[in-house]
Amino acid sequence: MQTDPMNLAPDATADDTFAIETTGLTKRFAGTAVVDDLNLRVPRGSVFGFLGPNGSGKTTTIRMLLGLVNPSSGSVRLLGRSMPGAANKVLPNVGTLVEGPAFYPWLSGRRNLIRIDAAGSDPQRATRADRVAAALAHVGLSAAAEKRYRAYSLGMRQRLGLAAALLRPRSLLVLDEPTNGMDPQGTREIRNLIRAVAADGATVLLCSHLLNEVEQVCTHAAIITLGRLVAQGPLESLRETTTTRVTVETDDTERAAAVLGRLGLMQIAVTGTLVSAALDSQRPEDCCKALVLADVGVRSFVSRRPSLEDTYVELTGEGFDVAR
Amino acid sequence: MWRAELALLFRRTRTQALLGVLALVPIVVASAVRFSGSGPQPGEGPQFLDQLTHNGVFAALVGLTVTLPFFLPLAVAVVAGDAIAGEANLGTLRYLLTRPYGRTRLLVHKGAVLVAFCVIATCVVAIAGIIAGAILFPIGPVTTLSGTTLSLTAGTIRIFAAAAVVGGSLLGLAAIGLFISTLTDAPVGAMAATAGIAVLSGVLDAIPQLHAIHPWLLTHYWLTFGDLLRSPVRWTAITKNLLLQAGYMLVFITAAWARFTTKDVLA
Repeated sequence: MQTDPMNLAPDATADDTFAIETTGLTKRFAGTAVVDDLNLRVPRGSVFGFLGPNGSGKTTTIRMLLGLVNPSSGSVRLLGRSMPGAANKVLPNVGTLVEGPAFYPWLSGRRNLIRIDAAGSDPQRATRADRVAAALAHVGLSAAAEKRYRAYSLGMRQRLGLAAALLRPRSLLVLDEPTNGMDPQGTREIRNLIRAVAADGATVLLCSHLLNEVEQVCTHAAIITLGRLVAQGPLESLRETTTTRVTVETDDTERAAAVLGRLGLMQIAVTGTLVSAALDSQRPEDCCKALVLADVGVRSFVSRRPSLEDTYVELTGEGFDVAR
Repeated sequence: MWRAELALLFRRTRTQALLGVLALVPIVVASAVRFSGSGPQPGEGPQFLDQLTHNGVFAALVGLTVTLPFFLPLAVAVVAGDAIAGEANLGTLRYLLTRPYGRTRLLVHKGAVLVAFCVIATCVVAIAGIIAGAILFPIGPVTTLSGTTLSLTAGTIRIFAAAAVVGGSLLGLAAIGLFISTLTDAPVGAMAATAGIAVLSGVLDAIPQLHAIHPWLLTHYWLTFGDLLRSPVRWTAITKNLLLQAGYMLVFITAAWARFTTKDVLA
């Protein structure tokens, strides 16, 4: 994926640091702020995970980024240009897969891609057939190219949606749940594809609930809940916002808790034979040593580095019910 | 570019079925007259029916007369109501707009396709009528409503002019349908509402007490296309009709544009 410099001459105020930059972005539906004062910064060249529970405002944000929904207030800059004003200049460089694929059921996969490619003001007719064939091959759909979209399975539809996003060289890919409904091979391929696209210098905004997937491919992430951004940055720094916990298994829980408390650990909790506590700046090995020296019979000692999931749950809550 | 839009419409089975039904109407009417034994008496049945046994080309005009109150507006309502709401319902609207396909440009192309559909639909009726008439009845010079005679060629040209005028009569309804189509993501609702407006206009037009508003009704001048078959052609009502349709188009296309270019696309 190469950025076409001719297409993307930055305007006078263009900022090259961020592929996506929103300032105070807000959307109210019937008085309720679905997206509330969002300052999203997606660095160029990053693979950016955009995370949040169902109904947190992810999709509305994406729709505002792409000019489908008008913000109630705030602004969006996409690839250095202001949206939706510069939509015609910016969007040809943006591949999208938003809220699932959507195509005409009565057309074949290939005809659908031709249709969407021909729809813009920059048809590039001469290369169309080749680009369509290449995109179909890229997502492994060549064999089903002439089948009607109606007959496609969920995973095939998803693949065709990706093919549409890859029809042209893109500087930015916005992918909302790209592996939804895909088989494991498909999921793996999508991961490889995202990595390949990013290696060529494109930025990828990836919305997903599959946190381990995000951990595998993303360099940065943001977490949104109830329309507000609660964290964003490089993946490493996000993990650090959650504390590492140690867990000791022992039959002398009382003494173990006392030792850990003396060391300055927080949130000490005893459940059965387990004592767990949050590290502040102490090293886990020192804790273990102190326990042993205090004559606590240690059956096991575990220090767990927080996963993205821990951060996510800590920031967005444990509740299963949708927030609104 | 709007040719892609046109291809999309005519590749669809539903569109083909609509046109098929429209073609069937003059064929059924002509066959019924041909095989029923006794031809219609002068003044009996719909406009031009009594001429059919003398000259097959009149099947085209009979076809236009019988499809105009119901089948043609229904077909236009289906296509117009689907124009934007159909894309929204499939979800393709968000991909078209982020392609990007400017909103104004999309609306213009959908409008152009609608105009083409109106003309093509009426021409399908006319062509099917002429072919069926030519097979089932003798054809020859066309006797006008004024009693004069036109050559077969001149008569056929008049028939296609009539088809074009009928197509033009449908444009106001098409514009209303396009506007309604921008209001909803449910194409069936937009189609039903559009068809309902055509029916309502016809009902209001049939109530004598409302004669004051009759000249402003969408359907009021619809059947005046027959004036093209007079000698000389009587243009008054036809001109009024086309001006009225242009007025409806101006209002509802502007409304559709105002609505569509500002709305949040959530589908």
